[in-house]
Amino acid sequence: MSTTSFPLAPTELEWKLPPRGRIAMFALIAAEAAIFTIFVVAYLFYIGKSLSGPMPSEVLSPPFLYTVCLLSSSLTIHFAARSLRVGNVRSFGAWWLSTISLGAIFLYGTASEWHRLIYKDGLTITTNLFGTTYYSLVGLHGFHVVVGLLAMTTVMVFTIVGAMKQEHAERIDVLSLYWHFVDGVWIVVFTIVYVIGR
Amino acid sequence: MRSRGSNNWRFVSRQIFVWLCCAAAAFADQAPAWSPTNIFAPASTPAKSIFGLSLFVLAVTGVVFLVVFTLLLYSVVKFRKRRNDDGREPPQVYGSNQVELAWTIIPILIVVALFMATARVIASVQKDPRLDNAIEVVAIGHQFWWEYRYPGLGVVTANELHVPVSDDNQPSPTFIKLLSADTDHSFWVPRLAGKTDLIPNHPNSMWIDPHEAGVYLGQCAQYCGTQHAKMLLRVYVQQRGDFDRWIQEQRQPATVSSAASQGQRIFETTACINCHTVEGTVASGRFGPDLTHLMSRDTIAAGAATNTPENLRQWILNPDAIKPGSLMPAMQLSDQDLNALTAYLETLR
Amino acid sequence: MSTESIAWPSASAESRSFVDTLHEWVTTVDHKRLGILYIIYALVFLLIGGIEAAIIRIQLIRPHNNFVSPQVFNRLFTMHGTTMIFFVVMPVLFGFANYLIPLMIGARDMAFPRLNAFSFWMTAFGGLLLYFSLVGANGLYGAGNAPDVGWFAYAPLTSRTFSVGHSTDFWTLALLVSGFGSIGTAINIVATILCMRCQGMTLAKMPLFAWLNLVMAGLVILAVSPLTAAQIMLLVDRYLGGHFFDTQAGGSAVFWMHFFWIFGHPEVYVLVLPAFAFASEIIPVFSRKPIFGYPVMVGATVAIGFISMSVWAHHMFTVGMGANVNTFFVISTMAIAVPTGIKIFNWLATIWGGKIEFKTPMLFCIAFLFQFLIAGLTGVMMSAAPFDWQLGSSYFVVAHFHYVIVGGILFTLFGAFYYWFPKMSGRMYSETLGKLHFWLFLIGFHLTFDFMHIPGLLGMPRRIYTYEPGRGWDTWNFIVTIGVFFQAAAIVVFLGNLIWSYFRGKAAGNDPWDAWTLEWSTNSPPPAYNFYTIPSVQSRRPLWDLKHPDDPDWKYE
Ligand code: HEA
Ligand code: HEA
Ligand code: HEC
Ligand code: CUA
Ligand SMILES: [Cu+2]
Repeated sequence: MSTTSFPLAPTELEWKLPPRGRIAMFALIAAEAAIFTIFVVAYLFYIGKSLSGPMPSEVLSPPFLYTVCLLSSSLTIHFAARSLRVGNVRSFGAWWLSTISLGAIFLYGTASEWHRLIYKDGLTITTNLFGTTYYSLVGLHGFHVVVGLLAMTTVMVFTIVGAMKQEHAERIDVLSLYWHFVDGVWIVVFTIVYVIGR
Repeated sequence: MRSRGSNNWRFVSRQIFVWLCCAAAAFADQAPAWSPTNIFAPASTPAKSIFGLSLFVLAVTGVVFLVVFTLLLYSVVKFRKRRNDDGREPPQVYGSNQVELAWTIIPILIVVALFMATARVIASVQKDPRLDNAIEVVAIGHQFWWEYRYPGLGVVTANELHVPVSDDNQPSPTFIKLLSADTDHSFWVPRLAGKTDLIPNHPNSMWIDPHEAGVYLGQCAQYCGTQHAKMLLRVYVQQRGDFDRWIQEQRQPATVSSAASQGQRIFETTACINCHTVEGTVASGRFGPDLTHLMSRDTIAAGAATNTPENLRQWILNPDAIKPGSLMPAMQLSDQDLNALTAYLETLR
Repeated sequence: MSTESIAWPSASAESRSFVDTLHEWVTTVDHKRLGILYIIYALVFLLIGGIEAAIIRIQLIRPHNNFVSPQVFNRLFTMHGTTMIFFVVMPVLFGFANYLIPLMIGARDMAFPRLNAFSFWMTAFGGLLLYFSLVGANGLYGAGNAPDVGWFAYAPLTSRTFSVGHSTDFWTLALLVSGFGSIGTAINIVATILCMRCQGMTLAKMPLFAWLNLVMAGLVILAVSPLTAAQIMLLVDRYLGGHFFDTQAGGSAVFWMHFFWIFGHPEVYVLVLPAFAFASEIIPVFSRKPIFGYPVMVGATVAIGFISMSVWAHHMFTVGMGANVNTFFVISTMAIAVPTGIKIFNWLATIWGGKIEFKTPMLFCIAFLFQFLIAGLTGVMMSAAPFDWQLGSSYFVVAHFHYVIVGGILFTLFGAFYYWFPKMSGRMYSETLGKLHFWLFLIGFHLTFDFMHIPGLLGMPRRIYTYEPGRGWDTWNFIVTIGVFFQAAAIVVFLGNLIWSYFRGKAAGNDPWDAWTLEWSTNSPPPAYNFYTIPSVQSRRPLWDLKHPDDPDWKYE
């Protein structure tokens, strides 16, 4: 029989599916979360197992200021996304720029901490288990911050040349999901490294 | 009616059980003949507990297999499309909650039964019933040989483990602490116990209590590098008297007769002493097997060759010919030196 | 044939130069082409991996054989295992998923076509990277070595101390790179299935194929990521001098085992779920009945997905975990038998009361049912931890997993090849050659893998390049090796059939099997945009509804 008498008559019911960008970002976040989980578990397991110094309590101090910066960038990106959704591109640009700046400040914080650890305290990734796990975990997070910053800078360039429109709000939402995730991970990393691990 | 039904069932199940036990016993008698490493020929309590469990698991999975296999076969044959088919589609059945429930619950019950039996055996084998008269051995895995130390008895040897027989009226189990000097290995002598891995920085332990004297074979069961295949295990189970005598001999330092001193000088001036120990001489390396009582062993290089003068000579000349990839380098000796050296080794009784 | 008159963009018959065609294939973002690229890529690696297996078996045909050196043997099984898992079964399953999912859910492409192409090329380069080690990695034994650490690469054998040179780095990087590809594809599959279904296709009306692949993709996302993390750690250890798995510096070798198997166990369900998906499409069509207990099948799949995340340490019963940990992993592992059993029983019930047509795809699926039953039961034996203390790392394990992977996955996969070949190529395959392939492979499979259990029970460990005579293993190993030649012959017939039919097969038409899912409603091969108009469905078997307007499915579901 001929089956190509397709299509079937469309039914009248309304047909709505979730947006694919968001779903894909959630899936990506799930994968990233799994990666971070492994590193976090390794960090927790090796706390106190280093055979030689320096130990975390001797060299780490919680970077409160930078943490506040990173976490508040979650707020600014939220406002940015909201501005774009209502079509206010100028305000979007302002919020977006402040998000990038806050992220960059955080990154500077990590960089200066590493610089101090390496040159003053002599802790490198090869020194001991603490060094290995610390640089890997914080480095992995830092890498995600860098990726986020690169993506946001691209958006910033588009905004400056005037290519950013209200219709891109959905994509900005997806990107901001990623950024929220990076911030959320930092809360975990902070707790593990600077609170429990010390 | 109901109670009679369950009595019948109990009768049948007891019959099956008795029958299985007889079969198992008969089987266990025959089993060693099939293979010296047959897991169904246990000769020590841990292996026996596992054997018991394995019979139960095999019986249960066997029944599941028979039932499902029969059903599958039946439906495949019965519901094939016949030659005289009328071309109509068969009745379209979408499912049935009752059946689904049935084939969820029955497997759950089976799983629970399997689990309970398993949990019991885990507990019984993994508990540590330390006795005062237990022998303690430290087994250290090396690429690709075994080091054995008897801390209480002051004996160090390699590749051939000696333990006493443990019988019911005089139990003397052996506790083996498992360490590794390099990569992962696994201690597996199927007739004595299940395998346990030797992992660096992760001490393990196991125990055996062999009921009969004899040599039990096995081999390293965790991939550990090039010569994983020739990291063989030999366990010599001896009567108590024989075992004590063996210990006495192993405690002696090496006896050096003057005839061999030529070979001894070569041994002590070549790199040999960096890797090998001969008690009572300057040789105290720990990278290779202890050679103090080399001649008391039936094999060399973890069972790769029998311990004959020719093999020994061949081994020192070129270990790769016997065990390619072993970590002992070829020593580049002249024929004459080699003969003297071999002669010296021959004296290490 | 109403679609005949429409000119499809890619259907233009003018002949193009080879370079153009090549360019088109390399730059394609079409899910069907990418699917076919995946499949061909996997077939090539199947040959390579199979030849490696054949060499392994020839070496083991008798004790103290000298066909290959121990070093080469160790590389062979490492490459065989890695190739087969990561560069044969994963890509071929992704290939079928790519090709079929959009067609089955009535979509024009995957959710992210370019991500799709990117993922394919990542996977492809992963495989090339692995084999580049043959020329690029100067390891311990002269220049150019393949990795030799085994497919689960236990620490500390992978450390710089024990694995000199770069062969292990090629292994790590290959898996890292192809892992990114896999995660990308998995994200794509999830987004496609959740966001691209045609009108009326609620989650409860998707073909089971889509459901199983959805769960598979979820597992990839959650399982391959830990592997990626572990590989990063290994790289940190090897290149930056870290100590994650460095036992000299207090690191733990057992940690790697956990990380690997947290990936490794879900991975085997990643491999088997698509096989279940093939069976769930093929068995109903050739029994002429809908799948029995659709909602229960979905539930069982999801249950398998969840439970499989909590059973990994059953690969580590001999590692010396405490009695309590062992006990936990015994019960969680055994629990998987329940949802898997439900699946077996539902397939059985699908056949029950049907009219089975023994076409080649169905033959493979029926063999799968029997073989998977046995394979699962040997799995249950090993899940009884004390029994595993005897069986683990022996040839019994090797037999178990080849029984699942070859007897289960490869069989359904061959079934899938025959079943969808008419759709992909527009031609019918040769039924005679198909049956010949089936019987040859069946004989070869049973010769090899049935008898492989026995040396395991007689104490033969795996990964040994040779063995001692007098252990009662000789005869069994001989038979096992003989079986491989039947398998190889079968695979030659299979490839011959594909090639011959592609050029000479008779036209298949749109719907040669009188089947029920949407892919059979479009042309064979489907046009670039899949459907002229996007279909809309009312039940799980839209084409049944169409063919039986008097008795449609949606009345009953
Ligand atoms: C696709 C692949 C696949 C699949 C589906 C499975 C399925 C299962 N596997 Fe297997 N397995 C592997 C691939 C697979 N395995 C691989 C590759 C390895 C080795 C890796 C390596 O070391 O290199 C391995 C190793 C492996 C081990 C470790 C052995 C060792 O190294 O010591 C164990 C131990 O528990 C195990 C168990 C199981 C169980 C319980 C199942 C269950 O899912 C099976 C469930 C199915 C059934 C039980 C049959 C149908 C059910 C019924 C008819 C219901 C009634 C039955 C009962 C109630 C019992 N497998
Ligand atoms: C998808 C997974 C998969 C598949 C399909 C196979 C298929 C096969 N495997 Fe393998 N195997 C693994 C996954 C797989 N294997 C894994 C994961 C391991 C563990 C590795 C490790 O321990 O690290 C393993 C290990 C393994 C071992 C154990 C090695 C050891 O421990 O020492 C053996 C031994 O017999 C073996 C055999 C086979 C055989 C005979 C086949 C056969 O089915 C293959 C049949 C195919 C062919 C024979 C190819 C046909 C080729 C042609 C027709 C070519 C002709 C053409 C030309 C010459 C141009 N495999
Ligand atoms: C670099 C270290 C090294 C040097 C030097 C070395 N050996 Fe060895 N030797 C080993 C190792 C390692 C083994 C175990 C090999 C195996 O079984 O895989 C071994 C095994 C042996 C054995 C077998 C022991 C047994 O019980 O199985 C003998 C005998 C032996 N060596 C003698 C010698 C002699 C004689 C010399 C010097 C001429 C020598 N070795 C030099 C490392 C060394
Ligand atoms: Cu030691 Cu394998
Ligand atoms: Cu598993």
